[in-house]
Amino acid sequence: MLRDEDRIYTNLYGYEDFRLDAARKRGDWDGTKDILARGRDTIIEQVKESGMRGRGGAGFSTGLKWSFMPKKVDGPVYLVINADEGEPGTCKDREILRHDPHKLIEGCLIAGFAIGATACYIYIRGEFYNEASNVQVAIDEAYAAGLIGKNACGSGYDYDIYLHKGAGAYICGEETALIESIEGKKGQPRNKPPFPANAGLYSRPTTVNNVESIAGVPTILRRGPAWFAGIGRPKNVGTKLFCISGHVNKPCNVEEEMGIPLKELIERHAGGVRGGWDNLLAIIPGGSSVPVMPKSVCDTVLMDFDSLREVGSGLGTAAVIVMDKSTDIVRAIARLSKFYMHESCGQCTPCREGTGWLARVMDRMVRGQARLEEIDMLQDVTKQIEGRTICALGDAAAWPVQGLIRHFRPEMERRIADYRQSIAAE
Amino acid sequence: MSASETPAGPATFEFTADNLALAQRIIAKYPEGRQASAVMPLLDLAQRQHDNWLPRAAMDYVAGMLGMAPIRVYEVASFYTMYNLKPVGKHFVQVCTTTPCWLRGSDEVLAACKRKLGIGPGETTADGQFTVVEVECAGACVNAPVIALNDIYYEDLDGPSTEALLDTLIRGETPKPGPQNGRINSAPIGGPTTLIEMAQRNGVKPASQE
Repeated sequence: MLRDEDRIYTNLYGYEDFRLDAARKRGDWDGTKDILARGRDTIIEQVKESGMRGRGGAGFSTGLKWSFMPKKVDGPVYLVINADEGEPGTCKDREILRHDPHKLIEGCLIAGFAIGATACYIYIRGEFYNEASNVQVAIDEAYAAGLIGKNACGSGYDYDIYLHKGAGAYICGEETALIESIEGKKGQPRNKPPFPANAGLYSRPTTVNNVESIAGVPTILRRGPAWFAGIGRPKNVGTKLFCISGHVNKPCNVEEEMGIPLKELIERHAGGVRGGWDNLLAIIPGGSSVPVMPKSVCDTVLMDFDSLREVGSGLGTAAVIVMDKSTDIVRAIARLSKFYMHESCGQCTPCREGTGWLARVMDRMVRGQARLEEIDMLQDVTKQIEGRTICALGDAAAWPVQGLIRHFRPEMERRIADYRQSIAAE
Repeated sequence: MSASETPAGPATFEFTADNLALAQRIIAKYPEGRQASAVMPLLDLAQRQHDNWLPRAAMDYVAGMLGMAPIRVYEVASFYTMYNLKPVGKHFVQVCTTTPCWLRGSDEVLAACKRKLGIGPGETTADGQFTVVEVECAGACVNAPVIALNDIYYEDLDGPSTEALLDTLIRGETPKPGPQNGRINSAPIGGPTTLIEMAQRNGVKPASQE
C-alpha cells in the first residue's frame, strides 16, 4: 500500500481549503522558479524519466508527448488541459479541480514552459460549475501573486492561463474535438495527421494533456523522477487516482500505487464488494470504454496499463465499476450502448449508425427478444465499427459489447431461450 | 431537437449592461480574430439571463456580436446538450442514469421524482416549477446516484432522500448540496483509509481498522 507521505493529492477529500494560502501550506508553488530554471530540455527529460504515462486513458508517455512539440516557433503555442471528464465511472479530475486546483495551475505553468507555450486553455466540462469556479479563483490568485502572467514566478517567462467551459458533450474529451470546441465549433474530431503538436488550436502547435497528468508534474519535479519511477511496477509506475463505484460497501476515490491488485484496492479502500468478494459478478476496470472482466479475472489482476491489457481489458481512466451477482449484466452494458449512441458526434457513418444499431439490438437482448444468431451478428457489427472511424468513440462503443459477448454469452443465450419459452407458453 | 423547432420566444434579445461587460471580458480571453471561440460561454451567459433557455433571438444576438453566421451558432447550440432550446422549469432536475448511477439506484431516483412531482423524464410540471430530464454521466460516479439541480450536484441519493430534496425545493428552501448520506465528498463513508494525519488534523476520524 502507498504510504501517506507518497501521496500527491493530499487534499483529495477536500478536508482543507483549496485556495492559495492553504495550497502553499500543503507544498504547492514551492520553488517553482527553481524548477523552471532547470530549463525546458531538462524538465522534459525528467518527466520522461519519471515514467509518467498520460492519465486520460491512453497511457502515452507525458514527457515523450511534450518532446514532439517543435523547438523553435514564432508566434503562439498552446497547452490545452483536458478537464472534460465524463467517461462513465470516472470522477478523479473533479477532485483535483475543486480541492487542489493550484496543483493543476502550477503544473500548467511548468508544462507550458517545457513545451514553449505562450498560453494555456483549461477546458472544463460545463456541468462542473463549482469545480470551474474554484479553478477560476485559483487562476485569479495565481495572477495576483505573480505566479502566472507576465514574468511568471520571476522567471522572465510570460504565460497566460484561461478557463474555457464545455456545454455537455462527451466527445469533447477527444483532443481534436476539444480543440474544435474551443474554436467555437461543434465538437467533431479532426483527422490526424496533422497532429496537434504541429497544427492544433488555431492551427498552432498544441499539446493536450489530462488534468491528472499535469497536476502531478510539480510534485514529481520537486521529489525527483526517481521517486515517482520507484512506485509501482516497471513501465507502470507512480501513483494513480482510482475511482471505485458500483456495488461496493464504500464507494470512493483513492490515490494508490500503480499495479495494486484489484481485489486489494476494493477490499482495503472501498469496504469490499457488497455481500463479500464471492458475491462479485464482474468489474469494468477503467471506465465504460474498456471491456468488462468476469470475477475469475478480477481475483488476481493488477491495476495497471500492461496487466489489464494482458487480460483483454484496459486501465483507461482507472474507474473501477463493480457489479455484484444481483446485476442484470446485459442491461448494464446496454445502458452503456445507449450512452455511446447519445454521445456519438454523428460525423462518421459507422459510429453514427452503428451506435444506434448496437443500442437498439442490446435493448432487445436485455429482454431476450432476439434470435440466437443475432449474437454473432452483434459481434460482427461491433467489428464493423471498431477501427473505422476518425476517433476512438466507435471503438469505445464496440468494446463493452464485445466484452459482454466474450464473457457472458451463456447469459444472453439463456434470455433468448426464456423469451422463446414465454412466447410459446402464451 | 434542432434549432428550427425552437419555440418563437421573444422577438429581440440583448445582454444586460453587466452581462455585456462580462461578455467583453470573455471575448478578450481569445486571440484577435478568434472571437468565435467565445460562442459557447456567450450562449451560456445568454441562457442564464433568459430563464435557463435559449430563444432564437439570443442565438442571433450572439452571432451578431461575434460576427458569425447565425447557422454556425445554431449548430453549436443544438450540438451541446446543456443549451436548452425550449423553456424549462425553474428547478431543472437532471438525473444521471448512466451505468454507475443505475447500479446504485437511479431508477429509484426517477421513481421518486415521478411520485413527488408527477412527471417523468422530459416533462415539466404544469406550474413551470420543475423539469425532470435524464442526463448522461455526470462525472461523480463514486457518489452515485446523482442529481444535478441547475448548477449544483446532489449526491449519494436514494428514493427517500430524493423526495426530501424535492420537498425542500417545494417549500422554497435551498437544500444542502453534495452527499445526502452524511459522507464527506468522495471519501469512503465512515472515514478515510488514507491521508490519516490530514484527516485528523482537520478533525475527521479515519476509518476504524479491523
